[in-house]
Amino acid sequence: MKTLLPLIPFLPFIGFAVNGLFGRKLSKNLVAIIGSGTLLVSFLLSVACFNEVASTGPIQHSLYNFITVDSLHVDFSFLVDQLSVWMMLIVTGVGFLIHVYSIGYMHDDPGFWKFFAYLNLFIFSMLLLVMGDNLIMLFFGWEGVGLCSYLLIGFWYANTDFTKAARKAFIMNRIGDLGLLLGIFLIFRTFGTLTYEEIFDRLAIVNPDTGTITAICLLLFVGAMGKSAQIPLYTWLPDAMAGPTPVSALIHAATMVTAGIYLVARCHPLYSLSPDALNVVAFIGLATSIFAALIGLRQNDIKKVLAYSTVSQLGLMFVALGMGAYVTAMFHVTTHAFFKALLFLGAGSVIHAMGGEQDIRNMGGLRKALPITFWVFLIGSFSISGFPLLAGFFSKDEIFANTFAAGGNWWWAFAALGGLLTAVYMSRLLFVTFFGQFRGTEAQAKHLHESPLVMTVPLIILAVLSVIGGFLNAPHILHIGPPQWMAGFLGPVVGNVNLHHGGEAHHLAASTEWTLMAISTSLAVAVILVCYYFYVVKRSVPVADSAQGRFATVLSNKFYVDEVYDFLIVKPAEKLSQLLYYYADIQGIDGLVNGVGKGVRALGGQFRKIQNGNIEYYLLAMVAGAVLLFLTLHL
Amino acid sequence: MSILLLILPFIAAIALLATRHLPARPIALTATLANLVVTILALSTFNGDGSFNYEVSFPWVSSAGISFRLGLDGISMLMVLLTNLLAPLIVLSSFNRQYNLENRYFGLVLLMIGALNGVFMALDGLLFYVFYELALIPIYFICAIWGGANRIQITLKFFIYTFVGSLFMLVALLAVYLKTPAVALENGLPEIAHSFAWEDLVAVQLDPATAWWVMLGFFLAFAVKMPIFPFHTWQPDTYVSAPTGGTMLLSGIMLKMGVYGVVRWMVPLAPEAMQGWAPVFLGLAVTGIVYASLIAFKQSDLKRLIAYSSIAHVGLIAAGVLSWNKAGMQGGMIQMLNHGINVVGLFFVVDLLERRIGSRSLFDMGGIARSAPKFATLFMLVLLGSIAVPLTNGFAGEFLLLNGVWNYNATLGALAGPTIILGAVYMLRAYGLAMFGETTRHTSEFADIGLREWIVLGALAGFVLVFGFFPQLILNLTDGSVNKILGAVQF
Amino acid sequence: MLDVIKTIPIEYYVYLSSLLFCIGVFGVLIRRNAIVVLMCVELMLNAVNLMLAAFSTYLSDAQGQIMVFFIMVVAAAEAAVGLGILVMIFRNTKTTDIYKLDKLKF
Repeated sequence: MKTLLPLIPFLPFIGFAVNGLFGRKLSKNLVAIIGSGTLLVSFLLSVACFNEVASTGPIQHSLYNFITVDSLHVDFSFLVDQLSVWMMLIVTGVGFLIHVYSIGYMHDDPGFWKFFAYLNLFIFSMLLLVMGDNLIMLFFGWEGVGLCSYLLIGFWYANTDFTKAARKAFIMNRIGDLGLLLGIFLIFRTFGTLTYEEIFDRLAIVNPDTGTITAICLLLFVGAMGKSAQIPLYTWLPDAMAGPTPVSALIHAATMVTAGIYLVARCHPLYSLSPDALNVVAFIGLATSIFAALIGLRQNDIKKVLAYSTVSQLGLMFVALGMGAYVTAMFHVTTHAFFKALLFLGAGSVIHAMGGEQDIRNMGGLRKALPITFWVFLIGSFSISGFPLLAGFFSKDEIFANTFAAGGNWWWAFAALGGLLTAVYMSRLLFVTFFGQFRGTEAQAKHLHESPLVMTVPLIILAVLSVIGGFLNAPHILHIGPPQWMAGFLGPVVGNVNLHHGGEAHHLAASTEWTLMAISTSLAVAVILVCYYFYVVKRSVPVADSAQGRFATVLSNKFYVDEVYDFLIVKPAEKLSQLLYYYADIQGIDGLVNGVGKGVRALGGQFRKIQNGNIEYYLLAMVAGAVLLFLTLHL
Repeated sequence: MSILLLILPFIAAIALLATRHLPARPIALTATLANLVVTILALSTFNGDGSFNYEVSFPWVSSAGISFRLGLDGISMLMVLLTNLLAPLIVLSSFNRQYNLENRYFGLVLLMIGALNGVFMALDGLLFYVFYELALIPIYFICAIWGGANRIQITLKFFIYTFVGSLFMLVALLAVYLKTPAVALENGLPEIAHSFAWEDLVAVQLDPATAWWVMLGFFLAFAVKMPIFPFHTWQPDTYVSAPTGGTMLLSGIMLKMGVYGVVRWMVPLAPEAMQGWAPVFLGLAVTGIVYASLIAFKQSDLKRLIAYSSIAHVGLIAAGVLSWNKAGMQGGMIQMLNHGINVVGLFFVVDLLERRIGSRSLFDMGGIARSAPKFATLFMLVLLGSIAVPLTNGFAGEFLLLNGVWNYNATLGALAGPTIILGAVYMLRAYGLAMFGETTRHTSEFADIGLREWIVLGALAGFVLVFGFFPQLILNLTDGSVNKILGAVQF
Repeated sequence: MLDVIKTIPIEYYVYLSSLLFCIGVFGVLIRRNAIVVLMCVELMLNAVNLMLAAFSTYLSDAQGQIMVFFIMVVAAAEAAVGLGILVMIFRNTKTTDIYKLDKLKF
């Protein structure tokens, strides 16, 4: 297995190279086969890896030496442990399904080959990110996925708005990347190495009271904020919906955005030493979760709702991380990958059927025309809302339980509020889109059709996973399936710890756990019912933007955050650029340089008047000079 | 070997300058390719332990202790590699334009390349100075004869600016020279001579006050050449008005003379003053990074934008090298090569765009990606290298440089850090405006790249990837020499 | 022959040649005709020649007389070139007035 390890990331890379170089001349079928086929092999190899890791432990394999400068020694090398292999399965598995879906979705696009090339490049980068055995490898993937995200958001580059969204995503990610890079520098200065294993071996050399660890954790978290779209760096993710829908599903929901979670989970030995940093993580996560959910309540673009939902769910994962519940966060990453990919692909199917329409106010009643899409979308929505026994129910419940145990009542209450809002905007989305009367145009009504098999089969598989995915880590108290199986598997790498109670993992009493579950579940179900009454029975439709109340207007304008950033950062920076160019550079510094030249010329202008061209004067001056010389020498 | 690197371009240059009817293009290309072959041969038997390879030494003006002495250690080898790797591409890219007096043009280009090789190989202080100035002469004529609007004025400013800087260096060089131990000449004459040999100059112990002035003198010369803020204002104008071949020579190779001078001459000759001067120099370099990046992102002239970006990139190289630790130095070394590759690629792109649509303004462009996908891809690759995306050539250098600056002073490191954000901002803006969006009336008929353009851009893009995946190839080359210099020169 | 020269005291030679030199200087300074100026230059040179010859004899050192020959050759060359230039100037400008020949100013 060890020698096959490099194949897992490099097969998609080969797919990228072949499709990227020759894709234009290949037939669409061949492009699709190369794109998805390489990924399928990667997935199968990942499964093999999984088996080996589960039975014999982590695999390490070094390809070559990337950089050696003094003690800075970085290899291009892989470490596949339980955490990595878990992410690899998600990336290649969900990635493969989305590739297959894309064959149908992108079929008529002239950039078909390019799309698959980029997708494969993304998979390659993402695999480097999770498979690397040091922070530089992680950084390769980290920036690589950012680049692919840029390329794919701006896939339809003729549209200037789309390319601006792409640029925004890349730059916001770069801001985070800078934090990550500085964190890496600080780690290197502190520990003298960048390999995970060695860093975690040397934790003891740092005095935890000095704040170094906290600084490292916070810098790394800045990176996570950028990649995982947390306050204040989240605004790129909703705009990223400009990309083709499979991209939104793969990159901006299931995999790339969870890289921040992976980073924190991977570096959890550091975070566990710094309760302050964990508190910041939890706080930012909680704030983002509620903030994004509120905005999601008033969005009418089907993909925007899902985007804010993603931001909100990522916030919840950070809450879990902040509580020291690393496995729980990974669990939610997993279930979220299933149902959010499902929802996005479902939305893609809807958009496909509606001929590009994305505004849910122009949809309605689609369940008759799109039965499969409807049912899988229903499963996805219920799963994310926390409907009992679906995947999201287990993972969210586990987050709430851990929040309650580690953070106490208030943390739990706010986290639960975030979860509750999820149920609200998801049922609104579901009911408005699929129930009631069709509100689109005649032409759209005629065009309505269920998607082809190549798109619906991945949907069905994801729907099944969204149903049963929860049993990967079902709580003890339910006695279904192997209890806490995932925690057991990931345990050797990332055990749940509870910092606030002396470093030992905590267990709530079964009765408390039942109570919490009952409260959150009943609330979720109640919310779904209320929404059903409101949107289906009373058939109310989201009103036009102008007719909203004041708070609703603020929500639908996303709290004006983009405008504030524009006013506070973008505009001043552009102004500064112009001011510096005209006043500092051209007039200031260059003016000074030219001033020296002008000064010399002016001086010359004065001196040249002595040269009046009259020989008599020259001779007189010469004689006078000679006499003067004679006098000074002899007197 | 080292003498061959000098003689080949010089002979070809003289042949082209002295005659009128020789076929200029084949001769220029052959000479540069021959030089590349010699460089590769030199690399194949190169000993990277920090000693000088292929050393040659003739007495020149023995009564003044001047000798004609050339040699290649790792750092020199890297610079020679840079020069001769880029030279054929620069010559080849000039084929796309019709210059009048083509013989003269290519003759001057070759003369320049010979002089640059000389600068990087010289081991005698005065010889270094001679080559340093010699390199200025051909580029002056290239810019003044084949340049764009206002070329005479701009080129004169460039010439005077750099020339004045160099004079300070000459004075500093002489100051150190006069402190070398005087030895009686061997031939029995009564005169005694000091020495310009590199080792002798390095061995001189200066008193702090002299060292302070010596370092200032060297710094003025090299700061103008690189250029470092606030000595940079000749650069954007000159880059914009020079013909593209000249811009490539200036930005790709010539400005590295400054960095090379810092490593080889300035710091080793006056290390006593580094303690005091380093914070100032680093401060200026880091200021320049942020300053130039900020200015770059509202430029509409693509060539000027790249000129400012070059100031920012070179500022980072200078900051890393001046922080005088292993990471910064090695980062500076690898980045000199990679910046050369990237910036030549970018200027080639500008030239290509200008030839096709007759304008360099970003607002006249747009939608080119649609009609020229091959070009769009290669442009993107070079651009990615320039904004230091991992696994392209810019990354390893930028990472090491920032790490080096950070090791010197964490605050300065954090201040230099935003270059990775700002770089992405202005480069992607430029790319977006040029390549994406709707086509304009200038770009609707845009033809994709032809074979010759494909060779140049493809080769550069290939380097971007190869050095991106395997930066250690370069780092190995300079490792021994950097260790030696760092070990010998401490402060 | 040498005795004849020595019959006159050295001071007289100095006075005479100084006088000649001063006449030459003033001539150069105040005359406007370029030809006269050239003649005055010749006068100055010959004043120096006289002095050199006298001292050479008094000191019994031939170097002075060698110098004289040098100067005579140079003066001849100078006169030839100078007059040549003047002829060209006169052909072009119809004047030899040096006040009007100020083309080189600025």
